[in-house]
Amino acid sequence: MVQKIDYLRESPSQTAGPYVHIGCTPNFTGIDIYGGDLGTSMKTGPVQGQEITIKGTVFDGTGTPLKDAMIEIWQPDAAGLFPSENETRGTADPNFTGWGRSPGDMNTGEFTFETVKPGGVPWPDGRIQAPHITAWIVARGINLGLHTRIYFDDEPDANAADPILTRIEHQNRIPTLLAKKTDQGAYQFDIHLQGPNETIFFDI
Amino acid sequence: MSLTNKPTANGGFVPRDRAWQPDALTPQYKTSVKRSPHAALLSFPSTLSEETSPVFGHSMLGALDNDLIHNFAADGQSAIGPRIIVHGRVLDEMGRPVPGALLEFWQANAGGRYRHKKESYLAPLDPNFGGCGRTITGDDGSYEFRTIQPGPYPWPNGMNDWRPAHIHFSVFGNGFAQRLITQMYFEGDPHIRLCPIVGVLKSQDAIDALTAPLDMHRTVPMDSRAFKFDIVLRGRRQTYFENRKEGM
Repeated sequence: MVQKIDYLRESPSQTAGPYVHIGCTPNFTGIDIYGGDLGTSMKTGPVQGQEITIKGTVFDGTGTPLKDAMIEIWQPDAAGLFPSENETRGTADPNFTGWGRSPGDMNTGEFTFETVKPGGVPWPDGRIQAPHITAWIVARGINLGLHTRIYFDDEPDANAADPILTRIEHQNRIPTLLAKKTDQGAYQFDIHLQGPNETIFFDI
Repeated sequence: MSLTNKPTANGGFVPRDRAWQPDALTPQYKTSVKRSPHAALLSFPSTLSEETSPVFGHSMLGALDNDLIHNFAADGQSAIGPRIIVHGRVLDEMGRPVPGALLEFWQANAGGRYRHKKESYLAPLDPNFGGCGRTITGDDGSYEFRTIQPGPYPWPNGMNDWRPAHIHFSVFGNGFAQRLITQMYFEGDPHIRLCPIVGVLKSQDAIDALTAPLDMHRTVPMDSRAFKFDIVLRGRRQTYFENRKEGM
């Protein structure tokens, strides 16, 4: 026998269920006990860089929009710096939180994030990754939260050199990771849980 | 090596154990059928985008945020139901405490009814119970909150499926890769073994990991019973011998 490696096991995930909004965006459901919902605004003052809006909808395998999902995004500021304790490369924009949370529209499920175009973040070998936003999706019927990334279709050169995008075997699926520019400063990013346009989800 | 899960400059996450976590497609839980991705997930080593996370300060918390008995109640009133304390620690897979972790929790009332406009169960609302709360772990990873024990309730899946009494938890660690939502069950609930959502868990060990025991040591005599619920988040590598410049 050898010595025992006594690591703990990660708590198993369970679905967020149909009432995730009660817990995470209670104000949205009419329960006003915190004086507002966390993650509603990503800006606490004038921000550096280009301000953008990202809208989208989460669709199930039948093409039906989800109206009980919660989407969170996490990203660096316009200079590529995270407002996080282990950001060692500099100090992030103090007026930008980097984190947004949306319960989606009550009637349509469409989510909206008012944010900034993120700057580049290094890959472990030092190469700069294409600008991207981390997204996390939970909902009834999703047993383990889904991670993906939002890249931008108006960054073709950076995307073509990105360490993750270039390693994807099925290059025809990359458009599922690209927010499409619809207007100046406006992007559309729909998420397909299943089907021919299934979004690429990440094991990170 | 740090004694806590606090981030360091070179702390990649160990891979998530996908053989332990539930699968996306679990047909006995019907909603998963059309909401489960079919393609393989794309794996890559964590980067700063996953190793960083928003920071939530204790100053954002209100005095009653972790007291569901009173945080929605009228002055002088309190929620109806068995009074309980839920407490535990947030640790990582290496057993290190995770300080500063934001926990948000939500639940049905003592009759099994949620305060939500899409909720259709005939059990009545409690006018003094909202059903949500939040707290942030201390330096030792510990947390506690006070609430009422939720009731089991029926839900549309099979013809006669009931959820065991449970409390939902949303957990932030120190890296976005640790983000987790799960549910806490109560020791001895006969609905646990019958529930299709519990049934997505792959082993009795996994079910046990989400089942909180009665903790008489933390019970307040003549006031509240206590249940202990520890939460484990993904572990972060911490070693002197990690030179990320030379490769992954």
